[in-house]
Amino acid sequence: MKRIPFLKSGEPYIWLTGGALAFCVLMVAGMVLLIAFNGLSGFWPTRLVRFAMNDGRVILGRVEDRDLSADPSEGKKYRIKVNRGNRDLDQADFIWLEESDVAEHDQPSDALVVERTEWGSFFGQIKALKDGDHLVAEGPSEGLSTVIAALPETHRLQRQIVGIEKKEIGDINEAQEHLRLRSTRLERQGVTSGPELDRVRAEKDELQRRYDGQTARLEDLKQQLQRTVVLSAVDGTEKEIPLANIVRLYQPNRMGLMAKAGLYLSKIWEFVSDDPRESNTEGGTFPAIFGTVMMVMLMTFIVTPLGVVAAVYLREYARQGRLVSAVRIAVNNLAGVPSIVFGVFGVGFFIYLIGGNLDRLFFADYLPTPTLGTGGILWASLTLALLTLPVVIVATEEGLAAVPRDVREASLALGATQFETTWRVVLPAVTPSILTGLILAMARAAGEVAPLMVTGVVKLAPTLPIDGNWPYLHVDRKFMHLGFYIYDVGFQSPNVDAARPMVFATTLLLLVIVIVLNLAAILLRNHLRRRLTATGF
Amino acid sequence: MSTEHAPNSTPCAAPGGPAQPMVDIRSLSLWYGGSQALKDISLTIPKSMVTAFIGPSGCGKSTLLRCLNRMNDLVENVRIQGAVDVNNRDIYSPTENVDVLRKRIGMVFQRSTPFPKTIYENIAFGPRITGIKRQHELDRIVEASLSGAALWDEVKDRLHHSALGLSGGQQQRLCIARALALKPELILFDEPCAALDPIATAKIEELIIELKKDYTIAIVTHNLQQAARISDYTAFLYLGELVEFGPTTRMFTNPESDKTKSYVTGRFG
Repeated sequence: MKRIPFLKSGEPYIWLTGGALAFCVLMVAGMVLLIAFNGLSGFWPTRLVRFAMNDGRVILGRVEDRDLSADPSEGKKYRIKVNRGNRDLDQADFIWLEESDVAEHDQPSDALVVERTEWGSFFGQIKALKDGDHLVAEGPSEGLSTVIAALPETHRLQRQIVGIEKKEIGDINEAQEHLRLRSTRLERQGVTSGPELDRVRAEKDELQRRYDGQTARLEDLKQQLQRTVVLSAVDGTEKEIPLANIVRLYQPNRMGLMAKAGLYLSKIWEFVSDDPRESNTEGGTFPAIFGTVMMVMLMTFIVTPLGVVAAVYLREYARQGRLVSAVRIAVNNLAGVPSIVFGVFGVGFFIYLIGGNLDRLFFADYLPTPTLGTGGILWASLTLALLTLPVVIVATEEGLAAVPRDVREASLALGATQFETTWRVVLPAVTPSILTGLILAMARAAGEVAPLMVTGVVKLAPTLPIDGNWPYLHVDRKFMHLGFYIYDVGFQSPNVDAARPMVFATTLLLLVIVIVLNLAAILLRNHLRRRLTATGF
Repeated sequence: MSTEHAPNSTPCAAPGGPAQPMVDIRSLSLWYGGSQALKDISLTIPKSMVTAFIGPSGCGKSTLLRCLNRMNDLVENVRIQGAVDVNNRDIYSPTENVDVLRKRIGMVFQRSTPFPKTIYENIAFGPRITGIKRQHELDRIVEASLSGAALWDEVKDRLHHSALGLSGGQQQRLCIARALALKPELILFDEPCAALDPIATAKIEELIIELKKDYTIAIVTHNLQQAARISDYTAFLYLGELVEFGPTTRMFTNPESDKTKSYVTGRFG
């Protein structure tokens, strides 16, 4: 039997295509692994090392990196990057040390990490705990145990203060704003006296009384947070900070694996559930997660009906001809328009034109402060809905084209009108295709940054778009978004080294959210498909 | 070979005594764009009988059937001349509402066309769009229709499962039940067994004979044995013309036209 030449056997092409696929999979897997490793390792409590330098300096910090010295003329020499914390005491927290300059190094077991709400972490020891001028505890060990015992109560008080500020005082502020509007309206109508104005004044006094009561309560609570902690760095410098500023404190060199794992998990929980601190380089990303998910949801609610209805017209009603082909090509090309173009359109059309006119119509009392005439989550969602519209239209149209003509005719033959046929027979069959379109749209929307930067995303939003005040859903509010958060922390942060773990962690989070949103949609789609084609046994 | 005033337009000689006309087709011609698909066809479909349309592919038998519930209206560039009366009402009169008309005339297609819904919802679809909302009434219609289509015993335990899970024959009977749910005056079958195996075909044929008691049936088939087995009258079409129309037994044993004779004996087709 004659052997087929290798090249003609077709074998090399299988290898070629398989190799291309393997390469793609490797690249994606590599990317995910890199992000996951960098993102997750930033939370691990690494050990503190004390360096005694040849020139007499003593430095306590975490070893972050080690590489070849910059100057190659002196042969193979290594340098190490150390994070020495204490941003408020020293100029820079991240420094490079030449290994040749280090006289000796050790890992003191009592070295303490104090995570603070301001100035980042402090590495050193506790010197004393003070209540005003009165000394409560002294020395590293006694100080540490008293501080640890006092922290839960302090945090409870703090949460109470924040709660009062947000809820009670927030309510009063809102009521005051309404009153102010009422009185300006009266003024404009020329009312200078009468029962209406008296009522407004009475309510104003009542609000002032409530406000005073709440501020007194706040003062009282703040009185209880008078205690301060004196910290000392490894070189002896001291720093006094309020006890309330301490987030948590631990001695990494003394911790076992289990204790470290516990701390690690609690830090990850803080990362996804807390508000950001220190211009987003520390703390959590909860508002950004919330904003991202809410914006994607809003966008989905807007783009689904719009895209489906447009696709139904294109495929079911429109007379197929040159015009419809042109429209279809235009829709497809819309998907390739750079996203910033949509952003600029969003600003010009949604914000300035629609928002501005709505302001003049309904929120004239607030002007010149814009209500809807400025960036907000509604406008950002609308802009992204426009951006993802082609994806939904194309997917729905493909689904519609796949519904057999016979099924439509069968429905028409039963006396159903074309609308009834489309609405009750064709669309249910197309639902999986619509969901496929939505999956693609959501993935795109969750990762988009450029159009959002101009239509309502901010670095730090003071409030979430949903709260307890009427109308609960505030679509006019600015919001935070993970994609922009990454850009901001990664490229706008003054302290690049401190922000780096945060960048990777947030990227990982964004990836996870996109995957979760997609998985939810895919599961829903598969469920629907199963229901449509189930064998029934 | 006269098609003008068909000799059997009042088929008094039908088996089972004199029959009233259900459908009266008079001088019907149809053009798809420039080509004529039906040429001056006149025939009468008697009530409570099975009338079969036979003929080689492309002879216009399906087109003729689809004229009876105006399904040809959906085709672009179609032109129709002549008149079709169903129950003495001209269905092509401008005042006729085509959606109401199609509720009166059921249709079963070559490929089974269950909707991607549950079995129950498939049957309830027609009654629902006529405005029936009460649950017990829908339940009653669903059971009656499925029983009428000899499907009730097979599916009564899984009414709320997807209809797409049924076998081909069951799906076709489901489509028949769906048509029955609207209590039509006339049921049109467009090659209902073309995609089915012999056993499923036998079941459908049995069912059609059963349905004859209550409904008038017109069926297009390219299976001559099937036409001989189930129909009372047969119309033979060739190249858009009605060659011959008469009682099935006579058509198959003693046809008037030579063309009919050579077709039913299998010499062309």
